[in-house]
Amino acid sequence: MQIYLPIAEVSVNIFLLLGLGGLVGVLSGMFGVGGGFLMTPLLFMIGIPPAVAVATEANQIVASSFSGVLAHLKRKTVDIKMGIVLLIGGLVGATIGVWVFKYLKSIGQVELLVTISYVVFLGLIGSLMFVESLNAIRKSKKPGARPRKKRHNWIHGLPFKMRFRTSGLYISVIPPLLVGLSVGILAAIMGVGGGFIMVPAMIYLLGMPTKVVVGTSLFQIIFVTAFTTLSHATQTFTVDAVLAVILLTGGVIGAQIGARIGVKLKAEQLRILLAIMVLAMSFKLATDLLLMPSELYSIGAGDH
Amino acid sequence: MIRAFTLLLAVFAAPLAAQETVVVDLSQNRVAITANYAGSEIFVFGAVKREAPLADDIAPLDVAIVVEGPLEHTTVRKKSKTLGIWVNDESVEFAEAPSFFTVASTGPLDEILTDGDRRDFAIGLDYVVRRQANEDPDIDMQAFSEAVTRIRVKNGLYSEREGIVNLTAETLFDASIQLPANLVEGDYTARIYLIRDRNIVADASVGIKVRKEGLERWLYNLAQEQALLYGLLSIFVALVAGYGASEIFRLLQRR
Repeated sequence: MQIYLPIAEVSVNIFLLLGLGGLVGVLSGMFGVGGGFLMTPLLFMIGIPPAVAVATEANQIVASSFSGVLAHLKRKTVDIKMGIVLLIGGLVGATIGVWVFKYLKSIGQVELLVTISYVVFLGLIGSLMFVESLNAIRKSKKPGARPRKKRHNWIHGLPFKMRFRTSGLYISVIPPLLVGLSVGILAAIMGVGGGFIMVPAMIYLLGMPTKVVVGTSLFQIIFVTAFTTLSHATQTFTVDAVLAVILLTGGVIGAQIGARIGVKLKAEQLRILLAIMVLAMSFKLATDLLLMPSELYSIGAGDH
Repeated sequence: MIRAFTLLLAVFAAPLAAQETVVVDLSQNRVAITANYAGSEIFVFGAVKREAPLADDIAPLDVAIVVEGPLEHTTVRKKSKTLGIWVNDESVEFAEAPSFFTVASTGPLDEILTDGDRRDFAIGLDYVVRRQANEDPDIDMQAFSEAVTRIRVKNGLYSEREGIVNLTAETLFDASIQLPANLVEGDYTARIYLIRDRNIVADASVGIKVRKEGLERWLYNLAQEQALLYGLLSIFVALVAGYGASEIFRLLQRR
């Protein structure tokens, strides 16, 4: 069954969109990532104009992360206090990021920089997580081996300490604020919710338990993507409501399923799966840069 | 020499041309894009009106029908290899390239028409992208305009369908024109040319209005005119859907 999208001005198969939304929703619920870094290229592939894909994707992520957060709230795996601290940093970061983005655009080649930063960040985070979770799985297989105690490092020496009960942490607010800030900057430049950077940062930098990380990341993503949706709707007019509704119908259902799968998996299994996905995406983008494209030319919007 | 000959022919053909006119109509002058729009078909039909009977030695009649979407400013970018990676490099702006273009004819275009006429009247894929914008001698403009055509042929937006116009007794003709699902709103035109001996002897043009309707129209207008409300509404719908799915799943799990 075909449906015509009023803003994208193309006709697409409704079941294909539902399926895509569902698939990305499952990943979102499982890993706490918005899924924008997967969905946006997929939408390009089925012929949605890039500007519409990016803006509409943000709107869809609002729905799937909200659905995911509700599922996590019932399991008490959302650290709202931590989420708010991250969000404050994130919104400041996003504002700086938008400014950096405009500056990069004025000197040209912003698209290239975005792709390179994707490759570098995805590759780095993916490899780190992969190695770490592989080690964790090996250790847990040895009988008698006990998980390491929480490390005490320089992070615990910083002032303005705060108790994050859900995460079982008593740390300074400075590291989460900085994490939120840097993710906010990157998210604005790269045009994504930033979950795939936020999740590893919370696990490795802040030392939060993996189960709490997913819900907290989703909590934070709702606000960032709602902000993005609103700015695209008012500035670029590229949010396609029909496309968003179809994608999010699939997405919210997927997110519920994903959250349930996530609970059943072990923390290190969850991390290794996310690592593989992030690495695969990084590899795909790297080959796009290095291999000769089959079509050298592309037709852009006529506004330049 | 050949040019002088064709000129001479044109002079002789002139009184002939005045004798024939074309009458055309379309199965529909409006295309409504609704939510379930998945492409449509327009039937072009017409007749040749003559003031006097045809001469016995007159060349056979040919018909070409061009259906064209609104002309748009189009930017084309080309990737090239810089420091080992493929990046967007040169770009060319075309002042006028139609969003949709199809030409139907009774025979091969390069046989029934002269290249000059095909260029002047934009009949055929090789003349569809008008080269009017930033002319740069260092850039191969031809390659860029060919790229637009190639990409749009692949997307089903441009096509050339020779031999699909039915011509009956040199008087009645008809053709069915397919409009794709990824159609853009705007004022389309259908141009019809009668051709004899590689010369255009008569032509006519009819407008086709392509418009969004119903829900599509309403959403499009809302997004353009009340952007803030539209954005807030989009977020609200997203939150409601997220909540709805969560509740439904909770009810399902209780059982």
